[in-house]
Amino acid sequence: MDFQVVVLAGGTSKNLVPLVSKDVPKALLPVANRPVLSYVLELLESSNLKDLIVVVEGQENAVRVGGWISSAYVDRLHVEVAAVPEDVGTAGALRSVAHYLTASDVLVVSGDLVSDVPPGAVAATHRRHNAAVTALLCSVPVGGHSETSGSGGKDKAKKPARHNIIGLDPAKQFLLHVTTGADVHKDLRISKTIQHASGQMEIRSDLMDAHLYAFNRTALLDILDQNPTFHSINQDVVPHLVKSQLLSLKSEVQANGASQMEEGLNERVTFQTDPLWYTQRQMGPISTFDDLATGFSHDFFPVRRAHKCCAYIASKNKYCVRLNSIQDFCDVNRDVIGDASHLSGYSFSAQNNIIHPSAELGNKTTVGPNCMLGEGSQLGDKCSVKRSVIGSHCRIGSNVKVVNSVVMNHVTIEDGCSIQGSVICSNVHLQERVVLKDCQVGAGYVITSGNEYKSESLARKEK
Amino acid sequence: MDARRSSRAVSDPKVRQVGFVTPNDPPERTQSVPAVGSSPPVSDHSPAGTLSPVMIPPPRHASENLSSSLGLLPGHPIPVPSARRPIAETMTLGSYNPSDPVLGTSPILSSPSSKNGGDGEFSEDLPSPGWARGNFGKVTASSFPSAGVDIAAAMKAAGITPVASNLTTVSVVNMPPGVSEKTGALANVQNDHAAASKPLKERTSKAERRALQEAQRAQKAAAKESGTSASGNKQQKAGKPPPPKKEGALGSSIVASDKKVTDRPSEKERKKDVPPPRMQFDDLQRVEKSKRRAVVKQTEARNRVELFRHLPQYVHGTQLPELESKFFQLDQIHPAVCKVGLQYLAGDICGGNSRCIAMLHAFQDAIRDYSTPAEKALIRDLTAKISSYVSFFIECRPLSISMGNAIRFLKNRIAKLPLTLSESEAKSALQSDIERFINQKIILADKVIVSHAVTKISDGDVLLTYGSSSVVEMIFVHAHELGKQFRVVLVDSRPKLEGQSLLRRLVAKGISCTYTHINAISYVMHEVTRVFLGAASVLSNGTVYSRVGTACVAMVAHEFRVPVLICCEAYKFHERVQLDSICSNELGDPDAISKVHGRRDLDHLSNWAELENLQLLNLVYDATPSDYVSMIVTDYGMVPPTSVPVIVREYRGERLWI
Repeated sequence: MDFQVVVLAGGTSKNLVPLVSKDVPKALLPVANRPVLSYVLELLESSNLKDLIVVVEGQENAVRVGGWISSAYVDRLHVEVAAVPEDVGTAGALRSVAHYLTASDVLVVSGDLVSDVPPGAVAATHRRHNAAVTALLCSVPVGGHSETSGSGGKDKAKKPARHNIIGLDPAKQFLLHVTTGADVHKDLRISKTIQHASGQMEIRSDLMDAHLYAFNRTALLDILDQNPTFHSINQDVVPHLVKSQLLSLKSEVQANGASQMEEGLNERVTFQTDPLWYTQRQMGPISTFDDLATGFSHDFFPVRRAHKCCAYIASKNKYCVRLNSIQDFCDVNRDVIGDASHLSGYSFSAQNNIIHPSAELGNKTTVGPNCMLGEGSQLGDKCSVKRSVIGSHCRIGSNVKVVNSVVMNHVTIEDGCSIQGSVICSNVHLQERVVLKDCQVGAGYVITSGNEYKSESLARKEK
Repeated sequence: MDARRSSRAVSDPKVRQVGFVTPNDPPERTQSVPAVGSSPPVSDHSPAGTLSPVMIPPPRHASENLSSSLGLLPGHPIPVPSARRPIAETMTLGSYNPSDPVLGTSPILSSPSSKNGGDGEFSEDLPSPGWARGNFGKVTASSFPSAGVDIAAAMKAAGITPVASNLTTVSVVNMPPGVSEKTGALANVQNDHAAASKPLKERTSKAERRALQEAQRAQKAAAKESGTSASGNKQQKAGKPPPPKKEGALGSSIVASDKKVTDRPSEKERKKDVPPPRMQFDDLQRVEKSKRRAVVKQTEARNRVELFRHLPQYVHGTQLPELESKFFQLDQIHPAVCKVGLQYLAGDICGGNSRCIAMLHAFQDAIRDYSTPAEKALIRDLTAKISSYVSFFIECRPLSISMGNAIRFLKNRIAKLPLTLSESEAKSALQSDIERFINQKIILADKVIVSHAVTKISDGDVLLTYGSSSVVEMIFVHAHELGKQFRVVLVDSRPKLEGQSLLRRLVAKGISCTYTHINAISYVMHEVTRVFLGAASVLSNGTVYSRVGTACVAMVAHEFRVPVLICCEAYKFHERVQLDSICSNELGDPDAISKVHGRRDLDHLSNWAELENLQLLNLVYDATPSDYVSMIVTDYGMVPPTSVPVIVREYRGERLWI
């Protein structure tokens, strides 16, 4: 289909600091005991996309990721791993692999996407409209975090920052406006010309940029060439494309009555009433567009448009989450073995959990539904595991409670520990009667017996 | 016996025709037969005797003649020339092969007398063939094809070939479609010289040749049985007009074989010309079958209107997401084709011209990127490829008639590619063919239509149009640019309301417009002086196949004595005849008519699919009887609807060949 795929697997993300380390780049972070990158790769594989370019930040990370890919996908995928220097950003990463790109369109996927939205749909939309860029937008999970009450406070603080303000045309096919999270202020500026061109704009904040883009190769490379300072795709490249889509039209804008928006500095945005999202979001004053005023504008976008920026909005029943924070990590882990279990690729037992045959359970140990127990793990007596993922070769003593947590591989947990809402990385040693709540424990950390922690991030000092 | 003979006659339509053309032929033939076979006296006799059955040489000879005429007997013709005179043969060859100069040089062809003279030389060697040439090209023609078919080498090298050449030239005039390619080519060349120009014959296909061969065999057998009388029959045949003879009812097996022979080629021809019958979607078995093949998931809509069960109707809205998610699995489909298909499905491209152009551009891209797989012929493989693309398009949306014509054109061009062309040459030839089709048949045609139609607009006119036709828009804009003072009444209808965008463009150009819906047509019509309408197709009975509602507008205009001008490019004409809009139509999305744009409060039919006793019908096209059409403006001029078949007939060849 003349598409090339670039997977941006990133390096070590700051957002995930105690979890990722030099040894575990973000791409290899286990989600339900599988590296997160595998979800993207399998999604692509299921779409018959087998020639991939995986870009990893940092040489060492690239070696690790490449090693894992070649072992796991040896004759299933044809993957080229490219290493780029750290901190070049997503745009920089693309720039450095630009010379590999030959197809007419490029599909850029973030390596931390866990989704079942078919990439073909995005590509098809892109092709159909002959667009310069097509972005996958998915609705922000609403109310999904209620259970993880512990980290709720942090969640709320972070969440708005991730959101984009996205302006769409009435048919919900074209991107008219994009403001990325960092730029969201109280007031929003919207170009009047684009209003004129489209006649009507729907502004939504309940959509999330899933970091799956289809780019026209020449448009992408031009932009990267002309703007060497662009650092990130979603904050620089896409907004630039969206802003420039009507440049050629600017000269011939006539003020007609269609727009009732008074433009000025920090203009107040008038929102179209859309009860669906109006009730969910409380942003600014809401007023109605005069439907009649815009009723004529069925032929928005005259031919003069420079290029098109499209959006593919994933339907609500599709799962689509980016793993970009610790909270996300917990959510994704829970969802993959819970609600979105079809993503995990495992078959669930009658108790709705996954217990590897080689795992050993002690007396009176219960493993609840939506749990996962990795290969060769041992649980002592009277343990209780609920809604948690436990990696392989863990040794867990007696009377341990693990709730809502992620325990990675080779973790030793001694008797009487209680772990709730936490993430425990590989090779951690928890001595007896440790109590953790909403903590993140970095790899190789040792917690001495009897300690209690709450909402803390514990990691070894990097030497 | 007679019956059998007649059967023979049946077997060779060509022979018949020859005979028909030239009354003198039969005797000559007989002569030629004996000459070829072995008996010169008989041949002499035959010319004198002409038509009498007695005159006819022994059956075997007769068979030879027949065979020669048919062009399928391998053995006989060759030996004769070789035995007679190699030199003469070679001479004839030389004259024959370099077609034009040779012809000019060769006395035979230029005039009958000269022919005779030339034959004279031959006649010494081969009296009968010489005669044949001199008097009747027809006989020779028949002999010629045989030579060509049976012994290609012989044709070139053998003395027969010269004869054949002469004959062929003559034969061209008379020959029916069965003549072989070579003869056709010769015929063309010679036609120039020949006094009377005849239409070109179609090439004989392999199957046809085989059929001829079989026929000859059968005839041979028959001839043996019948004996000398066969020759007489032949003559009779020649005298009679071909069609009645061919279907003579004969009980014998020979007859049957003959019938087969005659039927087969014609059937094939028909297949080539006529598209396979439309799929009837109320035929469950076939629907199932096609569904299995389909790339696009097709869920049959429920609650279909009984009368339109035979038309495809799928649940709209499910196909696009399905196809999109399978986007990367569509490896066998070229990306450009895939893109256009998606655009059809999503409704991004609509309108006959733009759909057709988009399709042709997609084909252009596909051909550009095409490379013939090993051990396959470009002609075959590319045709198959194009067919698969076409079926993909059909799954996305039923083809319009204009697209069907364009596809036919392209396939014809592919089939007619000379085998000698290299792949890159063939591809570039096809691409330029497509480009030319777009430019000449669509873009240029539109310009011509505009220039014609503008003459019908005068100051003070009130012009009415319906829907949004690109040509009509061009006409209005052009007339406005010419400074004509007129007003436009734009009639529109739900659900597409495509007139609104046209209205917007016209108003932006400064044309004063009135916009109304079709419900008000009878009210607005009384002030209208002309009605301009676009069309998806014009059928050969003058019926205009167009956007639904056109018929209504045309009828009202007719009732008000307002002239109705249909603007339609000639490439959209079709030889089909259609009397109603039921047998062939397209069904649109029923949801489109159940929802009122911008009025959510009128959503009374939201769950119509669950109501067992409710069916929604969203027809896309309708047929306007020619009675209501005053004139059709096309690129060949302004014609009455009754002249459509003439254009279809006269320019069809051109359309296919360009």
